Amino acid sequence: MSEQDMPGGELLVILRHAPHGSSWLREGLDAALVAAAFERRVSLLFMGEGVTALLDGQQAGALEQKGTAPTLAMLEMYDIDALLVEDEAMRRLGLGEDDLMLPVRRVGGEAIPGLLAAHQLVLNF
Amino acid sequence: MRYAILLLGAPYSHQAAHSALRFTRALVERGHEVAGVFFYHDGVQNAARLAAPPQDEPHLVDGWTALHAEHGVPLQVCIAAALRRGLLDEREASRHGKSGHSVAPPFELTGLGQLVDLGLRCDRLVAFGP
Repeated sequence: MSEQDMPGGELLVILRHAPHGSSWLREGLDAALVAAAFERRVSLLFMGEGVTALLDGQQAGALEQKGTAPTLAMLEMYDIDALLVEDEAMRRLGLGEDDLMLPVRRVGGEAIPGLLAAHQLVLNF
Repeated sequence: MRYAILLLGAPYSHQAAHSALRFTRALVERGHEVAGVFFYHDGVQNAARLAAPPQDEPHLVDGWTALHAEHGVPLQVCIAAALRRGLLDEREASRHGKSGHSVAPPFELTGLGQLVDLGLRCDRLVAFGP
């Protein structure tokens, strides 16, 4: 991704945890949705195991929690369309964009400092 | 500078809660403004009114309460994260038919919108987590 089409905005939420095992992902997404509901421009960056949040075909899981896939499916309704995934994490986990439930933009490690700088507030989950 | 603090770690489980309190105290002692402390994720446990640590350990809940009393720092707790972890103020306890409450002023239950607002109107938001 070139410097020019780097998404900017008021809030960047970084998601680094996989779904189901902890509440980090759900609570991080909640912060993003609330900010978007208050009409803030929000971008999401999935890093590390956080990219597995986007895997297609997820179920609610054995823990009887609601799961996060339905929340992700609603992002468009909240006008959150800047979905960024860390290139390195995708490669390390052997994932391609076809494995994901939503269209994403891949970002290399060298682009991440610019991404952080392009947002007024960064929340890390 | 105007600061906001985000605390994501439970007390006594992680260093995060101790560090957040010490850092916030250091800020006000250096003359900075602390516009608010927001408790989210497991950090909401820091608002537990009934916390009773051994007497020879720092009492983190009392520490935050003292900080509020001395410097008026707002202590805001995410209501959704708090309720599912059993942290209810008097009003929520009665609304949910519970016989006691576990959160009391100066801690206030509030929405996540406050966190975003706090982060956007401060020069720095410093997060502490496990």
